Amino acid sequence: MELTGAEIVVQALIDEGVEYVFGYPGGAVLHIYDALFKQDRVKHILVRHEQGATHAADGYARATGKCGVCLVTSGPGATNAVTGIATAYMDSIPVVILTGQVPTPVIGSDAFQEVDTVGITRPCVKHNFLVKEVNNLAEIIKKAFYIATSGRPGPVVVDIPKDVTDPNRRIPYHYPREIRMRSYNPVQKGHLGQIKKAVDAILEAKRPVIYTGGGVILGEGSETLRELVKLTGFPITSTLMGLGAYPMTDAQFLGMLGMHGTYEANMAMHETDTLIAIGARFDDRVTGKIEHFCPHAKIIHVDVDPSSISKNVRVDIPIVGPVASVLQDMVRLLREQGREADRAALADWWTQIEQWRGMKCLAYDRTSDKIKPQYAVETLYKVTGGELYLTSDVGQHQMFAAQFYPFDKPRRWINSGGLGTMGFGLPAAMGVQLAFPDAAVACISGEASILMCIQEMATCKQYELPIKVVLLNNGYMGMVRQWQEFFYESRYSHSYVDALPDFVKLAESFGHVGMRVERPGDLEGAMREAFGMKDRFVFLDVIVDPTENVYPMIAAGKGHHEMHLSPERELA
Amino acid sequence: MRHILSVLLENEAGALSRVAGLFSARGYNIESLTVAPTDDPSLSRMTLVTTGSEDIVEQIKKQLNKLIDTVKLLDLSEGPHIEREMMMIKVRAVGEDREELKRLADIFRANIIDVTDTSYVVELTGASKKLDAFIKAVPEGLIVEVVRSGPTGIARGEKGLTL
Repeated sequence: MELTGAEIVVQALIDEGVEYVFGYPGGAVLHIYDALFKQDRVKHILVRHEQGATHAADGYARATGKCGVCLVTSGPGATNAVTGIATAYMDSIPVVILTGQVPTPVIGSDAFQEVDTVGITRPCVKHNFLVKEVNNLAEIIKKAFYIATSGRPGPVVVDIPKDVTDPNRRIPYHYPREIRMRSYNPVQKGHLGQIKKAVDAILEAKRPVIYTGGGVILGEGSETLRELVKLTGFPITSTLMGLGAYPMTDAQFLGMLGMHGTYEANMAMHETDTLIAIGARFDDRVTGKIEHFCPHAKIIHVDVDPSSISKNVRVDIPIVGPVASVLQDMVRLLREQGREADRAALADWWTQIEQWRGMKCLAYDRTSDKIKPQYAVETLYKVTGGELYLTSDVGQHQMFAAQFYPFDKPRRWINSGGLGTMGFGLPAAMGVQLAFPDAAVACISGEASILMCIQEMATCKQYELPIKVVLLNNGYMGMVRQWQEFFYESRYSHSYVDALPDFVKLAESFGHVGMRVERPGDLEGAMREAFGMKDRFVFLDVIVDPTENVYPMIAAGKGHHEMHLSPERELA
Repeated sequence: MRHILSVLLENEAGALSRVAGLFSARGYNIESLTVAPTDDPSLSRMTLVTTGSEDIVEQIKKQLNKLIDTVKLLDLSEGPHIEREMMMIKVRAVGEDREELKRLADIFRANIIDVTDTSYVVELTGASKKLDAFIKAVPEGLIVEVVRSGPTGIARGEKGLTL
């Protein structure tokens, strides 16, 4: 089969089993768009801004576990995509980004719409390629998918100069079924000796905690994790990125840990003698002040990426390997041991944990005549019965959702944890809805975040995506305002949004349904109505209490044991 | 502590900038870096000198290994090894200084590879410390220009850093 470079790009995507490409055309990718036009296997989703394309591909990848794909043009197309690429990179999401480039003879001449895409994206990709020769194109695309999806996943950019896709040059096409790279061999299995050491430590634990992160979801380790937790009877907490890997409604789950984690999770971290970290990377929002982090613990750390181990916190038993396979080995060895951890000590430990839990750290004012954001999330849970794919933007609403919407399944909670990208939620929801057309998909957002990618409402109309936007509208950049209240004596410097649009009319102008709720009593009915419109995109503008803060909170530079529960309930 | 890292890299455009970018992005120290193709034209060998606590150097090695273009990495400082650096130094050589500089070059087993009425270029190879010592030994005010290659190194013994 002889194909042009442009046809090779499209055929490679077909051979890779790609369903959707999120993209936006431009000069440097016109040959590829022409090749896309002539086929119907790969569906192209036209976004309204390249950032939206990357987030949509990212959301698709997070929800399905498959690789997301986007296609953008050179220059501004590529630079607009950078925020989305960095977002995927920080959360280790497999995405292949095809960028157009000016023709090879003019690279370096400051040609129209030329930027050094490989240079600009280098620090925020797992790897990137500049295709200089059409003969290398198919193999490079194969490598891009292989690198993006294997080991610790991540985004890979393939920069394709326009002359490489020349419609007048055909070459024989061969897409490799498999690829081997001498310089890249991700670990396939954890070291059994290390796993045995971990099992011994688990059996000796008196006050254990299992601390899991996004790696459990990315590494498809949720099922085995559940086995391990049930087998050991240990308490488990999770990072923001790991929510749903273990059912959050289960009694052994302590809630999220970290800056806005629960009191019981953070205190358990502070007092634990054996920390079992799985697919988590000891991020600063999780650890608090490193000097105060888990002062009494022997630390086991399972991660597929060796550079994650002992990066921020020195660990005692490192295990490099894919989470699922290491957990399987761990469970098997525990069963073979036939011994149990110290049951009496564990019972005491649970008694202590229940005491912390008894503080009810997530309590909020339920008598308010304003809609509390926490109440809005609880109502969302009630109305959707937990069966929701929920994407989020960044800020207070994100934390409230993580605290009050208990996810029982992995890949249901989709948010930008590492980079914290405002504007992520709506386009990510598009990727999720396309992947699961019949599922309920919502985006929880704030009036500040949503405006950063609001243009994607047009994409939602074009493809009739019945997403529900649940806007917790408090008029402020809530998290910024909260920090200014706490740490800048309430000087609300530029955190108030003075000229907000009428979101109901805005949604209507895009051809959608807009609704506004201002009273707590109307909320549940409005949500039921919104989610009842199964084939419509509904924008639900929920006016919430502008003064509400996210509690509990560990201030920057403090340890897990130094939480603030609420303004009324300060801990010593 | 000072570490000498030897890295076999895919000889690809941009591989060097990935390494340089890694050091600047993560704030690691880099004292010197040399790179050239090997007998296998598809591979470059890079020698990199860095300093940092053991934790930092460990992390540097992991991050370098994580680069897709890195084929192999060896920390030469972990075993017996040979370190060599080459220097060319241009000195003002007039009057009595001419003899003095010639003697100095002999003592250090350096070669004078360019001569004019008023200057020498001296070539010297050795461990970096030896080069430092030579620079110190040149009488004050005579140095016109110094160019150093940065250290390269190889492990002692029969084992090689190959594929």
